[in-house]
Amino acid sequence: MDKYLSIEHVDMVFDTRKGPFTALADINLGVGQGEFVSLIGHSGCGKSTLLNLVAGLLKPTSGAMILATREIAGPGPDRGVVFQNHSLLPWLSCFDNVHLAVERVFGEGESRAELKARTRRALELVHLGDAESKFPHEISGGMKQRVGIARALSMEPNMLLLDEPFGALDALTRAHLQDELMRIVAATGSTVLMVTHDVDEAVLLSDRVVMLSNRPAAGIGEVLDIDLARPRERLALAAHPRYLHYRKTVLQFLYQKQMRVAA
Amino acid sequence: MSAVAKTIKREPFENYAPSPVRKAALEAKAAEPPPYIRARAPEWLSRVIGPVIGIALFIGLWALLAASSPNLPGPAKTWVSAVQVFGDPFYRKGPNDQGIGWNVLNSLSRVGIGFGLAALIGIPLGFMVGRFRFLSDMSAPIISLLRPVSPLAWLPIGLLVFKAANPAAIWVIFISSIWPMIINTAAGVRQVPQDYLNVARVLNLSEWKVFTRILFPAVLPYMMTGVRLAMGVAWLVIVAAEMLTGGVGIGFWVWDEWNNLNVEHIIIAIFTVGVIGLLLEQLLLLVARRFEYE
Repeated sequence: MDKYLSIEHVDMVFDTRKGPFTALADINLGVGQGEFVSLIGHSGCGKSTLLNLVAGLLKPTSGAMILATREIAGPGPDRGVVFQNHSLLPWLSCFDNVHLAVERVFGEGESRAELKARTRRALELVHLGDAESKFPHEISGGMKQRVGIARALSMEPNMLLLDEPFGALDALTRAHLQDELMRIVAATGSTVLMVTHDVDEAVLLSDRVVMLSNRPAAGIGEVLDIDLARPRERLALAAHPRYLHYRKTVLQFLYQKQMRVAA
Repeated sequence: MSAVAKTIKREPFENYAPSPVRKAALEAKAAEPPPYIRARAPEWLSRVIGPVIGIALFIGLWALLAASSPNLPGPAKTWVSAVQVFGDPFYRKGPNDQGIGWNVLNSLSRVGIGFGLAALIGIPLGFMVGRFRFLSDMSAPIISLLRPVSPLAWLPIGLLVFKAANPAAIWVIFISSIWPMIINTAAGVRQVPQDYLNVARVLNLSEWKVFTRILFPAVLPYMMTGVRLAMGVAWLVIVAAEMLTGGVGIGFWVWDEWNNLNVEHIIIAIFTVGVIGLLLEQLLLLVARRFEYE
């Protein structure tokens, strides 16, 4: 598979009061088109930093990142980002929150009616068609996160970046949204990079799980290919020997090889 | 009995800390349905009763004080005078003798102009000070130095520059109400959540969209606080400024009636200033509530 996203020799050094701090050292990672890759690691290991680098919110200290043959130079609507805390604008309705993104990407070439239709389609994709006029404070945490996903998808991005998208949700809502996400990704053929600290989430959703070693100077510890047929069924997989094996591998990495010293 | 039950229902438990035994008893009582639903006073009555008693007490004290001091008019005398004053608020008998309506309108227009100019300059300035670190560093010493200065200290400068009383009074309002607007707007800009700005960056929004869709709505509640504080200051200051500058206005009216030794009118003016200040505050609160999101 061709590398759609290619991260080459990326270092990230932050200037802190105590001097330079190496958050990420020599990261090399390729993601193929249509692939679903998860980044997993202990909190503070730099997995969100890596995602923010791909999003363009941070600039790497050294190294190169190429997405769809173009170098990542800054944030842009070719990457749809879903933040952990949904980051919807509270003064805009669900519709307007999504519309803001649609307008930015397609505003120049399309009529108003077309833009509105796009916004509606994105909201319907996450089953929120009838909540479009609601404001963020009027809907549940899971629904907010769906709007966030709709906003990211509405831009028809080359790549979907998810930063612990379901971390703030309760277990049942999380499971439900994970299933939704699998359905949406299958329907849209999206390329996805997701940060998570949930082992089940990583194994269930991903084609590949990238395990990050601990700070300081975090790097890629192990990469695990998940060879499970799609569509995946949560209940059927619960007792699937290969699923259990993958789960155990990730857990072993996190709790034996990378046990935090002070945690 | 019903009164006790009502207090328990209305007071949040955090406000006082009863002993554990008593607390348990209270919680048990609060949990079971109140037995005397019909005996309870309606909600509006219990809300109104406090203010009514407070005002009655105030008027009583005032009457008592007036009875023992021959120069201070009592509530009844003031009321009679007030009926007269408000019976014909818009008369004009020469420049120094006009109805209370004209006086109030003149004061309000001075406040409106000074306050409006302060908003026009202070709010954009606040946005810039909040957005650009360098501007903030530049203006911080000046603002901290000038803000605590009594507004009236600016009056001579105004008289000197404008060579007229009316613009000088407006200048005092302007200079005293600009600080809260700059400071609160700047604080609001600094506190725009990084998440919202990240959304703007990820979507690659234009500067204009960032301002209209993110910065401005996020800062609006802070800005409205500044506007409200500024309005309070402006209305406080106008009475004092007009006492010094003269012309038609509620402050001048107070001073003029003091020279006429018409104490009833001074008391009426005090209440009028208070009521208008209250109305302005409520109006701005109403506007501010319109911009609250969560």
